[in-house]
Amino acid sequence: MEHLETATATPVRFDTHPSRYVHWKLEIEPPLARLSMDVVEERGLRPGYPLKLNSYDLGVDRELADAIQRLRFEHPEVSVVVIASAKDRVFCSGANIYMLGSSSHAFKVNFCKYTNETRLALEDASANSGLKSLAAVNGACAGGGYELALACDEILLVDDASSAVSLPEVPLLAVLPGTGGLTRLVDKRKVRRDLADVFASLGEGVKGKRAVQWGLVDEAAPLSRFPARVAERAKALASSAPPRPGPGVELRPLEPRYREDGVDYKYVTLDVDAAARVARLTVRGPETDEPSSPAAMRERGSDLWALRAFRELDDALLELRFNRPEIGVVVLQTRGETAKVLAADAGLVAGGPDWFVSEVLHHMKRVLKRLDLTARSLLAVIDAGSCFAGSLAELALAADRSYMLSADGGPTLAFSELNRGPLPMGNGLSRLQTRFLKDPSRAEVPVGEAMDAETALEAGLVTFAPDEMDWDDEVRLAVEERASLSPDALTGMEANLRFAGPETMETKIFGRLSAWQNWIFQRPNAVGERGALTLYGRPERARFNWTRT
Amino acid sequence: MSTVDLSSKIPNNVNLDQDKKLLRALEQWQPDYLKWWLDMGPKDFQQRDVYLRTAISVDAEGWANFDYVKMPDYRWGIFLADPVPDRTIGFGDNYGKPTWPVVPGEHRNTLRRLIVTQGDTEPASVEQQRMLGHTAPSLYDLRNLFQVNVEEGRHLWAMVYLLHSQFGRDGREEAEALLERRSGDPDKPRILGAFNAPVDNWLDFFMFTMFTDRDGKYQLLALAESGFDPLSRTTRFMLTEEAHHMFVGESGVERIVQRTAELMQQDENEDVTRQGGIPLDMVQRYLNLWFALSLDLFGGEISSNAASFFADGLKGRYKEESHEEHRALDQHYRMTVPKDGAVVEEDVPLRNAMNEVLRDAYVEDCQRGVDRWNKHLERAGITVRLRLPSKRFYRHIGLYADMPFDADGRLLERSDWDGRRGEWLPTEKDRAYVATLQKAVRDARGIKGHPFEYEYVRLD
Repeated sequence: MEHLETATATPVRFDTHPSRYVHWKLEIEPPLARLSMDVVEERGLRPGYPLKLNSYDLGVDRELADAIQRLRFEHPEVSVVVIASAKDRVFCSGANIYMLGSSSHAFKVNFCKYTNETRLALEDASANSGLKSLAAVNGACAGGGYELALACDEILLVDDASSAVSLPEVPLLAVLPGTGGLTRLVDKRKVRRDLADVFASLGEGVKGKRAVQWGLVDEAAPLSRFPARVAERAKALASSAPPRPGPGVELRPLEPRYREDGVDYKYVTLDVDAAARVARLTVRGPETDEPSSPAAMRERGSDLWALRAFRELDDALLELRFNRPEIGVVVLQTRGETAKVLAADAGLVAGGPDWFVSEVLHHMKRVLKRLDLTARSLLAVIDAGSCFAGSLAELALAADRSYMLSADGGPTLAFSELNRGPLPMGNGLSRLQTRFLKDPSRAEVPVGEAMDAETALEAGLVTFAPDEMDWDDEVRLAVEERASLSPDALTGMEANLRFAGPETMETKIFGRLSAWQNWIFQRPNAVGERGALTLYGRPERARFNWTRT
Repeated sequence: MSTVDLSSKIPNNVNLDQDKKLLRALEQWQPDYLKWWLDMGPKDFQQRDVYLRTAISVDAEGWANFDYVKMPDYRWGIFLADPVPDRTIGFGDNYGKPTWPVVPGEHRNTLRRLIVTQGDTEPASVEQQRMLGHTAPSLYDLRNLFQVNVEEGRHLWAMVYLLHSQFGRDGREEAEALLERRSGDPDKPRILGAFNAPVDNWLDFFMFTMFTDRDGKYQLLALAESGFDPLSRTTRFMLTEEAHHMFVGESGVERIVQRTAELMQQDENEDVTRQGGIPLDMVQRYLNLWFALSLDLFGGEISSNAASFFADGLKGRYKEESHEEHRALDQHYRMTVPKDGAVVEEDVPLRNAMNEVLRDAYVEDCQRGVDRWNKHLERAGITVRLRLPSKRFYRHIGLYADMPFDADGRLLERSDWDGRRGEWLPTEKDRAYVATLQKAVRDARGIKGHPFEYEYVRLD
């Protein structure tokens, strides 16, 4: 099958709005929101794969991600989102197989990563915003469709004697359910492992009472009572959520300026050197004093530095992942005043109990996780004029290595309360805790103190601290050397080193499930000439190499 | 030839008495089946003596044994066509290999699905037709209705036998579920669309047996080719019964058309309604409806499931042996597909087109029946002809699903189609009119050499 390299295709952009959704409809009836999937077959992101039966591609999923994000910021009055289908007898049949079959490996991996992040965002909304979710499964619910349901707090399945939930990837396509399905079955829903084994090897899935008995869904309701049961369960979920008072905050478009060799946002700049396969990602601190009270922050809305800068960073990361696949090394830089970043952070910490401030912090957390999960070598360059402080210091801590200029009156590194817990990684620990697993006391960094390079090096907070004489060469060589190594080996190495410490469902999804999936995605049994994924929908049957590793 | 054991509780030719486990399972299912039959079978005629045929052996003559029987006492049993010695798989990737005497693990779930889907249609049609006894146009028709009903019941037994004998606990659960779904019940509908549509009157019934039972014939023919030998043998025997059902439909519509033609000749305005005839345009609308509903039963035009079924040797083509090549790889099938608001021809890999291949054979068969109806019109000097609507018309499954094609296969605007719906499909008025004609008549004509007035169903 022809593999379309995304780099040469039309760039993928992530800016969207409910008024422009093609595949979803978002209806707000406080305290409920109804998010209905109604995928338009012929409007896939690329031509060549009709999106039949509510199957999805990246274009469908970015609308879902946008909707979840907007519910959190723009609709604090909503405490339950019902994820439903607008199609008769079909909930969602998962990621479009022909889209996967015709995509490059890099795109498949990034597609799965993005959809995983979207589903985790749904769970994050439940855990941290009191935005509960209910999957109203009105019909066929297969693969990624069931994985979407699994990401909801509750699953209600219609009991019409034929609708089933299923994970048919193994028997049908010889790949894995790649959006956390297997992990959530046993880790989240705590389905017994042997039953999960039966379920995941049964193409047609499990329906009705048995689906309830096995814990695959929470309830199976007959068709005539289905809408009523959806309403009742949604109401019950809503009543458990704490109130989030006040008007929402509109997420205004970022309106970046795209250039051949980069993107310019208000607080973020991405510069790409395609020949060197290196990008420079610069985040600027606040230009003026940021508002310090929750009311004033809300007034500032999506122009609040902490929100805008991190939304821009998020968008730039997606630009790198989907439109700049050839870039191997990302140099992380900051520009601005340490004091202003620390002040902005302090405002957020003080305003923490306010729902909007809390959303801003959780958003920051998610963007930083997106950075952790970006499969590019991240080198933080802490040079003159930088402001790696507080929330922006997390960029340095997220990097695989950091280089800090050692000079009189040179750059400093500073920490805020935000470095001490509110912005955890996927493993549940702060980046400092993950860094200092051997000596946890070192994670207790002083707040507000500007450290010079020597101090930071001594404290283990940066990797190298060259002086002015060596600086340019050291940084240049580090970048060039890194860019010369195998991108595959680097991806694997970095993913192994970044996530020390405990396992969580999240780390299992991105570590174990994704890693195995990405291996299987490369194997002939799936994608070879006679592989099951290659031949899906074609007249020939797959032929397997039976050797087990 | 295998012997038929008629003395046991479940008549059979599969040596049930030697398989105690299976016998026990079927004996446990039997009361549930009977309860279903009493609840959902022909209403108000369960205690009547009906002149029915039942199988006493599986050869050409043996199943055509007639006698009076009360329907709940009908000898529902398990009959498989005789095995073909050294039968090999006739198509697909396993072409030429020996057929499977037991279900292969690799294909267990797929075969179960195929069998359940086929099995589900059998009780469904009984449920759809359960009220028709009250309005039979003759005792002959009444008896035919009941014959069809008990045989659909037996076909359910045939599928349940396969589920019980080959699919373990899952199979037994599916067998129970076959008795739990109900035609037209929104909460537990039958699996396929046409089997949830109302069969309100005898015109519906005749159209149903003409078109929908004929789908059954083609599905059974395709399954009769299966490499799973018990399925092949079961469906081959079922086919001997299915022929009668289609005869009931085809001849039923034929009599209506014939009568309409007579009445048209009698009335100078060709108005047949004053004398209780059904106008041809109305007949055409019922034809359109049931033909379209039945076309959906064949599944999507381009189907990866159909390709897998064929590749794996589970479901073949109509008369597979008449084809020269049985792997169907690297061949294509030309079909029309909708594209950007138009209809264009496209070559589709043959395996993926198997549903359409079967559907086209079916359409040809239907056309022969319609031609026979039209002979009566021709003979009566009437210029109007009945015809099959376009395969694109009023579809709910496949490439043309829910697209506003008219009966000629032209794509209209949705609003235009909605406005003209009554030209092509039975209207409320049609239904009301046909309902006025539904009166029980108790004359009859011959079956098995008996005169019209023969007491086919003892009503007192």
